Amino acid sequence: MNTEPTAGRTGGKGTVLIVDDDTALAEMLTIVLSNEGFETVVCGSGDKALAMFRDKRPDIVLLDLMLPGMDGVDVCKAIRAESGVPIVMLTAKNDTVDIVVGLESGADDYIVKPFKPKELVARIRARLRRLGEEAPETITIADLAIDVAGHSVKRSGEEIALTPLEFDLLLCLARKPWQVFTREVLLEQVWGYRHAADTRLVNVHVQRLRSKIERDPEHPEIVVTVRGVGYKANAG
Amino acid sequence: MTATQAGTTRRWRTVVGLPARYLRAVHLRWLRSIQARVVIGTVVLSAIVIALVGWMLTRQVAEGLTDSKREQSVSEARAGIHLAQEQLNAQPVTDTRSLSDTTGKLVQSLSTRGGTARQYEVVLLGPLTAKPICEQVGKKKSRDVSCQSIPNQLLKDVSTQDGVAWAYSTMSFRDGGSEPAIVIGAQIHAPSTGDSFALFYLYSMSDQADTLSLIKRAMVSAGLALVILVAGVAWLVTRQVVTPVRLARRIAERLAAGRLEERMHVRGQDDIARLGISFNQMAASLQRQIRQLEELSRMQRRFVSDVSHELRTPLTTVRMAADVLHDTRGDFDPPTARAAELLQVELDRFESLLTDLLEVSRFDAGAARLDLELVDLNECAERSVAACRALAERYGSDVELIIDARPCLVQCDTRRVERIIRNLVVNAIHYSHAPRIEVRVAADEQAAALTVRDWGVGLHAGESTLVFNRFWRADRARTRSAGGTGLGLAIALEDAQLHGGWLQAWGEPDKGAQFRLTLPRDAGAELTRSPLPLVPREERPIEIGQSYERLDLGVGES
Repeated sequence: MNTEPTAGRTGGKGTVLIVDDDTALAEMLTIVLSNEGFETVVCGSGDKALAMFRDKRPDIVLLDLMLPGMDGVDVCKAIRAESGVPIVMLTAKNDTVDIVVGLESGADDYIVKPFKPKELVARIRARLRRLGEEAPETITIADLAIDVAGHSVKRSGEEIALTPLEFDLLLCLARKPWQVFTREVLLEQVWGYRHAADTRLVNVHVQRLRSKIERDPEHPEIVVTVRGVGYKANAG
Repeated sequence: MTATQAGTTRRWRTVVGLPARYLRAVHLRWLRSIQARVVIGTVVLSAIVIALVGWMLTRQVAEGLTDSKREQSVSEARAGIHLAQEQLNAQPVTDTRSLSDTTGKLVQSLSTRGGTARQYEVVLLGPLTAKPICEQVGKKKSRDVSCQSIPNQLLKDVSTQDGVAWAYSTMSFRDGGSEPAIVIGAQIHAPSTGDSFALFYLYSMSDQADTLSLIKRAMVSAGLALVILVAGVAWLVTRQVVTPVRLARRIAERLAAGRLEERMHVRGQDDIARLGISFNQMAASLQRQIRQLEELSRMQRRFVSDVSHELRTPLTTVRMAADVLHDTRGDFDPPTARAAELLQVELDRFESLLTDLLEVSRFDAGAARLDLELVDLNECAERSVAACRALAERYGSDVELIIDARPCLVQCDTRRVERIIRNLVVNAIHYSHAPRIEVRVAADEQAAALTVRDWGVGLHAGESTLVFNRFWRADRARTRSAGGTGLGLAIALEDAQLHGGWLQAWGEPDKGAQFRLTLPRDAGAELTRSPLPLVPREERPIEIGQSYERLDLGVGES
């Protein structure tokens, strides 16, 4: 899995793969993102999205959920199966089910149409924002060893593959074990939201993180829920 | 209470508890099962009737048996007594000694008269004037009859009057055995000495007693068999009725649980079958209507979803294009720059109107679902009020938040509750023109409440319910530029009702208005009161005799 921080690789701010069948919107997105200094690649159908993803190696994917051919959710799963690249869903549906399905298929964040260009750019920046050059540091939480600079998590020498977002989430919790993080604080620190947003993002990603790092995701021991408040990392 | 006493009580409860539990189970069964009631009722009634009939029958049979035996015995005894008197008359006796001999012979001859299959015993008592001597004569199966067999009353009757007297008694033997008997006696006189003797015939009635007990046994068995039969018949008959009824109940329960394809199995053409047919028709009709409604609702949802998608994508493009134009409006000539600004502002309105419309149609389609979690209402209020600060500043209002020190945990859908609070605050900012708006949170064990109070233009009489109507505006003449979509409060009301909560308004002209949201702390719990009054304390009339409505609105004030 590609977990390398690649922002800045192309010289600009990064390459954005836009997967959307609406040509007008895709063109508009290209204009806005180019103005902001991003490189863009447009793909008009779900079937070709994976091939184009492999070909262009983008830094971030903007993915419309409703696509002709392969569904957005399936595209998301396919990309997630081979890469940890940040994926931001574009959705026209504000229904809980659609958003949760999208997040569960591996998207890091979502943005509901119609959105403001600034909002989109802020989301993309937040997802591309890596924590810069980290000092070599290893944090141990329960039986997990987190290599901060190397962006890797190991359990008894065996590497656990996490997406950058999941890594950030775990790191955020693990840096201050025993401190309880509310969902709002996590949204701010991990997702980069300035003001209140959808706490379902946190719920879904905590579930995904648990399914990877917990021995028994049904009875989590590392990332525990504090009822009515939020989450904390259990150092014991 | 000492430990021993407690232990004893516990043991006693255990001992008492078992039958009590059993009794409760029986009582429950009695209450719930027609079959049990009918069967038990039939058994009890038929048992009473059978016992009565059996008792009367046995009595009649017993009487019949004893009567015939008595008549036969009395006539036989009468003949014997007559014969004895004649023999005594024929034999002149002079002294006591010979009298004794004579009587002995007499008794002997009397008892042998019956032959070998003798059915009676003879006892002669006398002479009655002197101390009566019990002259027991004859041996039945080598058992001597005891003089105790003669009832004292009978002996007295016989001694004092002439003629034949009889009585039922128990024939007891010297060796201790006894059997039921009829005793018949009369006086005989020895003319030579003038002595009187009492002569008794004792007829055994053991045959009759045996017959009677046989009959009794037969009757008891027959009665028992009959009761069991009746119980069985009742059980079978009620089963015929109860089984389809129980089946109908089960099917109805499944229908109620949403399994609309369930039907009763109909057999035959009787009343039960017709009940089944009607039941099935009802179920089919229900299913058809529910399917239609479901289909309509599904189409509506689908439509909303499609409209949503179809409208939102081009709107996004337009929005982004407008934004690009807006950002570069400095390069345009003034009218074009103003056009770009208007485009931007109106797109905002169009967008919020579209969002609200879609939300309303989602409520109408019944597609709105709660996403429940346990949250602190204080925090919800803080966040919502914070989100409205910018707008409040623009309108020159000051929003003050008064919250409880304790966290006020409520099971609710955060997104919706925050939207309600935002809508209430935005509504107060837009329409009250009030410099001060106060948001207050309070809770008790069952409910949490939030009030938004303003000291603005207030509401006219009757408007406190109208404000929740879609697109309703307090003042028709008021410019629409006041902002808002006209759907905010309608959506807030739907959101509150989805939680099983209340959203109410109070207002008086120039005294301001107050909106109160009350939510049950546990989702789905029934609300009975609100922790905050709807009518602000300072506005509550002190004098009595106010309208019912105003007194009623004070609910929840301690």
